Amino acid sequence: MAREKYIKMLLMACASLSFLAILLIFLFIFQESLPAITRIGIPNLFSAAWNPDKGQYGMLAFLIGTLLSTLGGLLIGAPLGIGTAVFLDQVAPSRMANVIRRGVELLAGIPSVVIGWFGLIILVPFIARITGSAGYGIAAASVVLAVMVLPTITALGAETLRSLPPELKEASVAMGATRWQTIRKVLLPAGKEGILVAVVLGMGRAIGETMAVQMVVGNSSQLTLNPFQPTGTLTSNLVTNMGEAVGNFRAALFAQALVLLILSMILIVSIRFITRKKEA
Amino acid sequence: MHENGYKFELEEMDLYYGDFKVLEDVNLEIKKCCITSIIGPSGCGKSSALRCLNRMNDLVDGARIEGSVVLDGEDIYDRNYSVVGLRKRVGMVFQKPNPFPKTIYDNVAFGPRLYGIRDRETLDGIVEESLKSAALFEEVKDKLRTSALALSGGQQQRLCIARVLAVQPEVILLDEPCSALDPIATQRIEDLLSDLKTRYTIVIVTHNMQQAARLSDYTAFFMIEEQGDPGKIVEYGDTNTIFTKPTDERTERYITGRFG
Repeated sequence: MAREKYIKMLLMACASLSFLAILLIFLFIFQESLPAITRIGIPNLFSAAWNPDKGQYGMLAFLIGTLLSTLGGLLIGAPLGIGTAVFLDQVAPSRMANVIRRGVELLAGIPSVVIGWFGLIILVPFIARITGSAGYGIAAASVVLAVMVLPTITALGAETLRSLPPELKEASVAMGATRWQTIRKVLLPAGKEGILVAVVLGMGRAIGETMAVQMVVGNSSQLTLNPFQPTGTLTSNLVTNMGEAVGNFRAALFAQALVLLILSMILIVSIRFITRKKEA
Repeated sequence: MHENGYKFELEEMDLYYGDFKVLEDVNLEIKKCCITSIIGPSGCGKSSALRCLNRMNDLVDGARIEGSVVLDGEDIYDRNYSVVGLRKRVGMVFQKPNPFPKTIYDNVAFGPRLYGIRDRETLDGIVEESLKSAALFEEVKDKLRTSALALSGGQQQRLCIARVLAVQPEVILLDEPCSALDPIATQRIEDLLSDLKTRYTIVIVTHNMQQAARLSDYTAFFMIEEQGDPGKIVEYGDTNTIFTKPTDERTERYITGRFG
């Protein structure tokens, strides 16, 4: 019995430690960004001007860059991922599905720096050639992010479809629905919560992705909606500047990290909201 | 036009799942506007036989048919036969009620919408008519826009029948439709099927011999000799004869409950 008790305490310690780590990270980032709020001020922090030398610490360009590249990554990655999931679960013969599933799993294991490298060497010059721009920017970042969210969305999407009761498909087919009609009118609507969760988790990955984005986004502080103009994201700006920042500059970076953290938390809460609605 | 009173004619039909022979030498004529029941012990292939009639076995990898299955004079396994058209004419109700996770209305309107009916009033009419035919309308008329999954098991099964009726099929196949229901819900389904048989040809698989005896006009008794053998029809005839003076000794032993 004593042994049971020790194991229980050990597990409890593990759980508490993880929770404590998360809490401390949050508190630390909040504390470090506090000077930014008091000394730099919210209006300056969220303005469009980023000139740390002149005391301008506006993150708007990076915030927009993060949101646009995430959106772009999902616009490309989500349909591709959902399509692949449907193909794996409903269309592909089982041997072919296994090969593709392995391939997608492999994609999930590729370090982001490798995907970024690929983006830098192949994608950026390609975009430069067809658009006549420098090639860096949101468009390149979106494609790179699409590749990175693909495994998440595909794997979770396929899992959602596989967990649907087979009776649903039988009912639809027996009504005379074709395979495509069954997918579109029965299976996808029945799995929409799970697919939405897959997309939101993919979004979480896209928002936080740093290395691959930093390599292709151009790292300028220019506020732009043009996907072929170099710009920056919250993550790329953090990683580019964190080495040399002191004082207010450093505090401004922490404020950006805080905003990033809050964005991710909003996503996590929205997942809980989606899944809770399903259970109700 | 093919007029001999038979809706389906199965001739020397064998069914294989891969190398495994599930059914052998099935000969069966199914009369129009009658209820034909298929009985037999578990694993004798009676559900598989039913699924040959709307080609649901097509969903099974490696499923293959030999012999012929003829509906109104046409072989439904003919290369040019439209499976989608077949399933519109031959509806199916399953063992476990399987409404879609949609509203009651959308469940019933599913088939008509598949076949291109978009007009709101037409759909409203079809939904109401189908629910009435399935003896469900009075219970759900005030909650057509709520989820079908909130209904009881018996109501869900009648909804599935309404969903089939909505496309005006000619044949309704039922695969042990009452096995998940309580006796009262079962009674309602049986009453409903008796009403429906004036307009539809009904084939029902059941493990409940009283149900077959009460409900059906014709009965086919399937069984397998040994584990691993294909299922065969032992005896087929009008229900009265099968249950009162069966010619085959195995039928008699089964219906009197001495095996199976």
